[in-house]
Parts: sequence; structure tokens; C-alpha cells
Amino acid sequence: MNMIVCVKQVIDPEAPPATFKIDTSTNQVVPPAGMSPVIDPYGEYAVEAALKIKDAVGGKITAISLGTNQLRDVVKKPLSMGADELVLLEDEAYDGGDSFSTAFALAAVIKKIGEYDLILCGREASDWNAGQVGSGIAEILGLPSITLVKKIDVADGKARIERLTSDGYEVIEVSLPAVVTVSNEIGEPRYPTIKGIMGAKKKDPTVWTPADVGLDPAQIGAAGRKTKMLKLFQPAHEGQVEIIEGESPEESAANLASKLREAKIF
Amino acid sequence: MADNKGVMAYCEVADGKLAAIGAELLGGGRKLADDLGEELVAVLVGSGVSGLVQEAIALGAEKVYVVDDELLKEYQADSYVAAMEKVAMQAMPRIIMLGQTNVGRDLAPRLAFRLGTAASLDCLELAIDADSKALLQTKPVYGGNAYAVFTTEYYPQVVTARVKSMQPLERDDSRKGEVINVDAGLDASAIRTRVVEKVVEEVEGIKLEDASIIVSGGRGIGGADGFKQLEELAKILKAAVGASRPPCDNAWVPAGLQVGLTGKIVSPDLYIAIAISGSSQHMSGCSGSKNIVAINKDPEANIVKQARFAVIGDWKKIIPAFTEKIKELMAG
Repeated sequence: MNMIVCVKQVIDPEAPPATFKIDTSTNQVVPPAGMSPVIDPYGEYAVEAALKIKDAVGGKITAISLGTNQLRDVVKKPLSMGADELVLLEDEAYDGGDSFSTAFALAAVIKKIGEYDLILCGREASDWNAGQVGSGIAEILGLPSITLVKKIDVADGKARIERLTSDGYEVIEVSLPAVVTVSNEIGEPRYPTIKGIMGAKKKDPTVWTPADVGLDPAQIGAAGRKTKMLKLFQPAHEGQVEIIEGESPEESAANLASKLREAKIF
Repeated sequence: MADNKGVMAYCEVADGKLAAIGAELLGGGRKLADDLGEELVAVLVGSGVSGLVQEAIALGAEKVYVVDDELLKEYQADSYVAAMEKVAMQAMPRIIMLGQTNVGRDLAPRLAFRLGTAASLDCLELAIDADSKALLQTKPVYGGNAYAVFTTEYYPQVVTARVKSMQPLERDDSRKGEVINVDAGLDASAIRTRVVEKVVEEVEGIKLEDASIIVSGGRGIGGADGFKQLEELAKILKAAVGASRPPCDNAWVPAGLQVGLTGKIVSPDLYIAIAISGSSQHMSGCSGSKNIVAINKDPEANIVKQARFAVIGDWKKIIPAFTEKIKELMAG
């Protein structure tokens, strides 16, 4: 089984909301000072899904990550968890992309890697919450895709996959190669072992520029976007809250209930 | 692009019925179509769905495209993307709206890429720019810490709208409309996935996604026993019970109750957050709620800042009194 897992480096989504800042002049998020970025949580679930398959039937896992200023200690996490190879797409030309140009670049890299049975992505990334890259890769490569995946079993060139539905899940059979996007129901990502961390330290990632993968800079990053962001803003909450008071907690509670009734909220 | 006209609402069918999201999209789509001075069309895809045409018209569609085929009995990306591609190529709409459901979030990006563009998923607001007529697509990003307004210069503009973010129209059965049947032209061998089993997981009480009120607890609830009190309140309010991540991680409640980035995304009328601090991860699941009420001992907690009403104090004292008063008000 040759597996390719797409991950990305993001601002830590567990960071306190108060540290979240936008530079409105550039429409960009300012990374919080003193806080290390992390691998996107859903990307970690995708790595875990691949590792579970490797545990069961063996195979090779190649993680790929696209971006600039990727901290090695961060993007090497899939390696320390148990992935075999790491490919980084690092070049300014990849910057400022949307789902379309990102999927386009990732698909080109996957084609260059050439050998794959299963491509795994997170169901969405915690920064732009776009939820499209996995499906996009499938379209570009002409592969079947299954999203919102909670379990994968592989046997005889086929995968048996559990996909979340609104009231449970469905079991889907698909021939390989295929693309899956993984949800958190797959199970908690494992912690890197000491051996894994030591191994990852020694391993150098492969770094590919657009030219290395035969990509025209006009097709990727900001130049290859199909969507345009007009505005990025923080919703205003300050000063909106009404604190309901009372002589005692019990009275405050009763006052809250009355207030909600008055406002016809229930 | 100049050739693309009209607003298309993809109306999901579930158990032979029009799903609620379809009515919501037609309501929201009606307004966009009126602002554009263009038509609103509905799309029905499935097997045996022709009987739902009149309902789609009564809910605001001027035309209904129907793709009815045995091979479309179950949702599968391969067959549904192909069917929708055919409809889109025939109708050439300016906008295609889908719901942010397990089907819509699977179908929308594949369809958009097939049509040579990208989609915007999970939009909370859709509006037409008066000058350019572009669709302004507002969606939460960074787990609801921020909102972004996107537009696309490639047509059709494909979006999904969050469930309950739009109001359906009053059903009016006197409305008239046109039906256009589209031949799916599917080849069974082109469908590379096969649904072998559907498993329904019974949930006790009201499902989180369907609830108009949610009573949700966080780390401060302290254990499974605490959640029993929340369940009692929920029962009275006909609400669903939710939780932030720590209670799920600690198995005080089933993992399926988690609201947040790595859980359910909900948008009820009322979200009562009890002993929840309001991390970004959690807020991304509930920031679409119409009213958030925070019950928290920390006045500086993020959830308090984002709430409409808050009571500062110990939930163990507040919830019993709150529950009693609610009971009294509902009885009276």
C-alpha cells in the first residue's frame, strides 16, 4: 500500500481567541507571538488513518505539505508519528493560493510521486475551513473520492470505508486508487514515540519548487486562484453581552429565564 | 460568463421527501434571484423524485430540473456530480447553491472543480453586489475567529449555505412553474463506489443538528453526573445536549455530542453554554447560533464576550434555579 497524506502548517487552533489578530491592510491573519504553529488537526487525523492501515497491512506513507516558512519541527510531525517520507512544496509561488490552486499543485506532486493507492487529506483545515482540497485532487486526477471518513479497511486492491452521514454512517466499497478525507471519528492521533522523533530528526525532507514538479507559476498560489477574498474581518462581539445580575446566583438564574422568555427566545 | 443567468438551488431529497435545507435554499435563493432580476430554479436528483416538483415550485422555484434515474437511488459522488454537471451545462446558471450537509459538502467541491472553478462552503450570508452583480459569499474562517467575504470571477459560482442560515418562504401551492426533465445518461460502470450498508445510529432525544435549542456543557461540569442536570434542563426545553471537547475526551458524554471544529457545527436559535470557556475550537461549532447564553464563573471567559446574555457564577447553583424558573414559565 502506497499512501500519500496531505498536511499543512497552521496557527494553533487551540490558541486563546484573544490572541487572534487580523492585519486589515493586508487581509492576513497575524500569527500570535510566541506560539508555535502546528500541523492542522484534521491533517493529523489523516496521518493517523494512514498509520492504522500501515499497522494492518503494511505499506509506505509519504506526507506532503505546501507552504512557506514551514518550521521543520512542526512539519516533521507525520514522520515522528510513523510516516516514511516527507515532501515539502516550498516556494513563494505557492503562496496565497485558494482551494483550487492548492489542489492543482498537490495533484501535480502526487502525479510526480507516481505510486499511490490511497491519498488521504483532512476533511477541512482549521485556518480557511474550505473543505475542498481532497475533492479537488480527486477531480484533477480523475479518482473516486470519499469524504468524511471514520474508518478504512483495505484488502485485495479495494477499500471498505465508513463515511459519516447525518444519522449514522454508510459503508462504501471503492476500488483503489482513491482519495479520502478523514474526520475526527477515525480516532485520536497517536503520540510520536522517542524513536519516531529521533528518526524524524535525522530525516531530511524532499523540497520541490514549482519547476521541480513541472508547474507553471501562473497556475499556482495567488496567480492560480479562482476565488477572490474581498474582506477578512473579526465579528464584533464586544459590549454586546448583557450580564444578568441578581442578589444570589439563584435569583440571577431566574432573572435569566425571565429575560429569555421576554425576548421570546424560547 | 455573460451567458450564465439565474440562481439554482440543489434540493436534497432524504427518505423520499424534500429535506428542510431545500426549502431554506429556495427561500434564500428567491431573494438573490429577485435582486438579480433573474429566475430561481430548483434541481431534484434521485430515484423516484418527480413527485416533489410541485413542492419545490410552491416553495419559490420557477423551474425545476429533474434527474430521475434508478442509478441515483443513493447519493454517490460519481453519479451525482455527473448528473449535476449535465444540469449545469444545460441551464448555465450564474449561481449554484447547495446545503452544507454531508451530501452538499461532498458534492459542491467536486462539482465546482468539474466545472473549472472552486466553491465556497459553509456560507452564513449570501448577497448580490449591486454594481458587479457578483455573489458575495460570507463564511466563517479560522474556526469562526474571523469571517471572510469571497467572490468568484468564474461561473457558475458554487456555494453551500449553512443549515438554518436562510429562511424558507411560506409554501404557496398556487404558484406555477415549469418542469424540465434531464436524462442522467449514466453508465453504471462509471460509478466507482458502492454503498454496501447504511447504519443508522439511534440518538436519544433530539439530534444536535436539528435542535432549535442546545444545552451544552464544558470542562467545568466536572463529570457524567453533572451532565444529568443538563439533560433534565434539555428535556424541559425540548433541547438537545451538546458538549465541548473535554467532556467528550473524558468520556463523560458520547463523542457524538461534541460541538466544535472537530465535532458538530450547529446553528440553533438558542445555545446555552454552561461552564464552557469558549476556545476557538469550540466556537467554530456554535458561532452560527442566533443567541448564545453563557453561564460561567469567569467574567473574562471568551464565551461571555461572544454571548448575548450571561450569568456569572457557579453553574451548580444557577442551573437548578434556572430549570425551575423555566418550568414555571412554560407552565404559566
